Amino acid sequence: MEMVKISIMGQWHEVPASLTIQKALEYAGYQLVRGCGCRGGFCGACATVYRTEGDYRLKVGLACQTIVEDGMYLTLLPFYPAQRADYDIDKLEPTYETIISIYPEVLRCVGCNTCTKVCPQDIDVMEYIACAKRGDIAKLADLSFDCVMCGLCASKCPAEIAQYNVAILARRLYGKYLAPKAKHLADRVKEIEEGKFDREIEAMMQKSEDELKKLYAAREIEP
Amino acid sequence: MSYPESMLASIKKVEETRKKRLEERIPLLSPEEKDKLLHGFHPDYNPKGKRPVRVGPNQGDQMPNELVDLLEAYPRIDPDRFDLSSFDYDVDVLVIGGGGAGAAAALLAQENGANVLLVTKLRLGDANTMMAQGGIQAADKPHDSPVIHYLDVVGGGHYYNVPELVRALVMDAPKVIRWHEELGVMYDKEPDGTMITIHGGGTSKKRMHAARDYTGAEIMRTLRDEVRNRKIPYLEFSPVVELLLDDQKRCGGAIIYNLDTKEYFKIRAKAVIIATGGFGRLHIQGFPTTNHYGATADGLVLAYRVGCKLLYMDAVQYHPTGVAYPEQIVGLLITEKVRGLGAQLVNREGNQFIYPLETRDVVASGIIRECTERNLGVETPTGMKGVWLDSPMIEIINGPGTIQRMLPAMYRQFHNFGIDMAKLPILTYPTLHYQNGGIVINEWGETTVPGLFVAGEASGGVHGRNRLMGNSLLDVNVFGRRAGMRAAEYAKKNKVGKLSLDHVKRYSEELKAAGIERKRVAPMLLPDYRRPEVLRKLEGTYGLGIE
Ligand SMILES: Cc1cc2nc3c(=O)[nH]c(=O)nc-3n(C[C@H](O)[C@H](O)[C@H](O)COP(=O)(O)OP(=O)(O)OC[C@H]3O[C@@H](n4cnc5c(N)ncnc54)[C@H](O)[C@@H]3O)c2cc1C
Ligand code: SF4
Ligand code: SF4
Ligand code: FES
Repeated sequence: MEMVKISIMGQWHEVPASLTIQKALEYAGYQLVRGCGCRGGFCGACATVYRTEGDYRLKVGLACQTIVEDGMYLTLLPFYPAQRADYDIDKLEPTYETIISIYPEVLRCVGCNTCTKVCPQDIDVMEYIACAKRGDIAKLADLSFDCVMCGLCASKCPAEIAQYNVAILARRLYGKYLAPKAKHLADRVKEIEEGKFDREIEAMMQKSEDELKKLYAAREIEP
Repeated sequence: MSYPESMLASIKKVEETRKKRLEERIPLLSPEEKDKLLHGFHPDYNPKGKRPVRVGPNQGDQMPNELVDLLEAYPRIDPDRFDLSSFDYDVDVLVIGGGGAGAAAALLAQENGANVLLVTKLRLGDANTMMAQGGIQAADKPHDSPVIHYLDVVGGGHYYNVPELVRALVMDAPKVIRWHEELGVMYDKEPDGTMITIHGGGTSKKRMHAARDYTGAEIMRTLRDEVRNRKIPYLEFSPVVELLLDDQKRCGGAIIYNLDTKEYFKIRAKAVIIATGGFGRLHIQGFPTTNHYGATADGLVLAYRVGCKLLYMDAVQYHPTGVAYPEQIVGLLITEKVRGLGAQLVNREGNQFIYPLETRDVVASGIIRECTERNLGVETPTGMKGVWLDSPMIEIINGPGTIQRMLPAMYRQFHNFGIDMAKLPILTYPTLHYQNGGIVINEWGETTVPGLFVAGEASGGVHGRNRLMGNSLLDVNVFGRRAGMRAAEYAKKNKVGKLSLDHVKRYSEELKAAGIERKRVAPMLLPDYRRPEVLRKLEGTYGLGIE
């Protein structure tokens, strides 16, 4: 088995070259408590900062999605203290003013592009913050959609913006106010509240297994 | 990284047969053939995989060995050491678990006037809910109805579903989607607001709603944001290790364990809601899993010890296509959509062996047969076996670029490890996906223990013996909300009596009387993936899971 040497917070370990950082930590003897959630690239629990020997550049990645490299020295960043505002979504308006009054610091963005370079989800973070500065909530919501809220962008932002918290505010404003409402949905909820299906459902609940099987086999499948 | 030589040789054969296979259609199996395949190869039918549990409300029932091990394990704590005359927290409603069901329950309990505390094992949102990609079902289109949805659910569940639970599921479904819309969940919509809905396995109408391929994440992060906005207190890294009962055998609180400081805290609550999710991390029969790190059946153990019965625990859902290579991501989900778009399943020799869109249990069994009895699987460098999912066919059929456009999360997943699934097939093997059964509840999430409620994957009966895709994201919202409401009401009317851990003592005595040695403790809390070499060096501590 090909092995590599990695340093976990200063202690060197020899681990198989094929492992992710997350599995390498376990191989080395850690039972993870912090820095491990979904193990599949969805939850953002496992942000990791590392360098490789002889390279001045600071690199980042999700521990569950990044393979170890020889000479890598790393630390997990399982928590990052980020500014988050509380708000009542029912009382907001989907406007520039809303975003700026809740997160005025977005105006401090200096356009350094570090956040975009650092994002493990390949999101154009700087661009979505630019959308916030313009009040383009729809585009901000769209661009930031794949964000797993790992905190890496915020950890490197010279303007001290917590980009992902701005992003979720925008997505909620978009989903609630800007996206057109589903009329068929409101209609169906009303029908249910008026009891339109009560009798039919009751009848279904009383049916024997054989009757249900027949009905099931005879279902009309929408093409 | 891409593939090693040995695997590339087989890929060559796959490429050679591709032209022929484009025309070829494997016939669907007859009911008899299906039955034979399932009995021969589906893990649920493997008698070696289960055994009867020797103690508790389900005594004598067959369940997976790995679950029986936990039900037959001793408590983590010494009941005599807890002074239950004072408490660290005193609340109306305690919610256990910070996934979709827990967040929904906490929101509704608070809305209904309760003073709520949520405790969870990892971070709020570190949960299976966060990982769901495919979608959520609701009969909200004019040509569909909750009645048709009902029929799909019970047919899919092989008619073992509890009718009252199914009614609640399908009748509340549109309400749940509407609630999400109000909270700002970004469902995929047409420009006029019409929900974009598609089919899922076992649906007769197109009622699968999605938020791109991050449906669960979008719902979870929105609910989490709302929990934070409403300032509902929550404690992270604080799993429950035991429930408390009062002198009238009502549930009235819990003991939590702070994973950082190793302290125990005592909580008194007028009502308790278990929303701890499933058991994928038990790796039943050695299967890899799609589940998050904390899916270790804790809720089942807690509820069982206070006297709740479990239902259909022997019915386990294996997703047919989990990742089998590369090693780093073994077990992760390859969504059904890949087969839906035209990728066939082929063996080492490049031949098809099953129609790719048979039901999940049948496809999984077919893959297992190919890799065991027929020995036509592809072996990876670590000795794992799998079959090819011939993804390049998707682009041959639907045109170049289809994969990146339609399956971005999937493409990214393999691309991260140097495999371009648009050019090369991907290796797959069934993976442990969902706990079909669980704790018995009624349509309000109430258990047989007063004051104790359950919602979400931890509960049983909603989905019978087989859950359909899109119905569990729905389930966690429907029953999370219902349990939250009912628990708040219950808390208004009831007082907590004198609390104790006597039931825990009694349970230990039962175990002893059944001749069960003190080898394990439960709940498990977290799996342990350290190597035996490392664990041997830990001699001197107890080495019983997370200390
Ligand atoms: C990869 C994947 C894809 C899926 N895709 C779909 C899909 O497309 N559609 C669909 O409908 N369903 C899907 N599912 C299933 C669905 O996501 C889950 O069944 C559902 O989200 C479970 O929600 P829950 O709230 O019950 O549990 P979870 O979301 O798992 O939450 C349980 C929570 O309880 C916590 N907990 C556990 N033990 C304790 C303890 N002792 N003390 C305190 N807290 C504890 C956990 O840490 C976790 O936060 C998928 C599942 C997976 C894994
Ligand atoms: S936008 Fe920021 S928080 Fe979101 S995934 Fe990218 S780096 Fe992580
Ligand atoms: S890192 Fe901060 S300052 Fe730099 S571009 Fe991103 S948001 Fe702006
Ligand atoms: S553990 Fe969830 S993203 Fe890595």
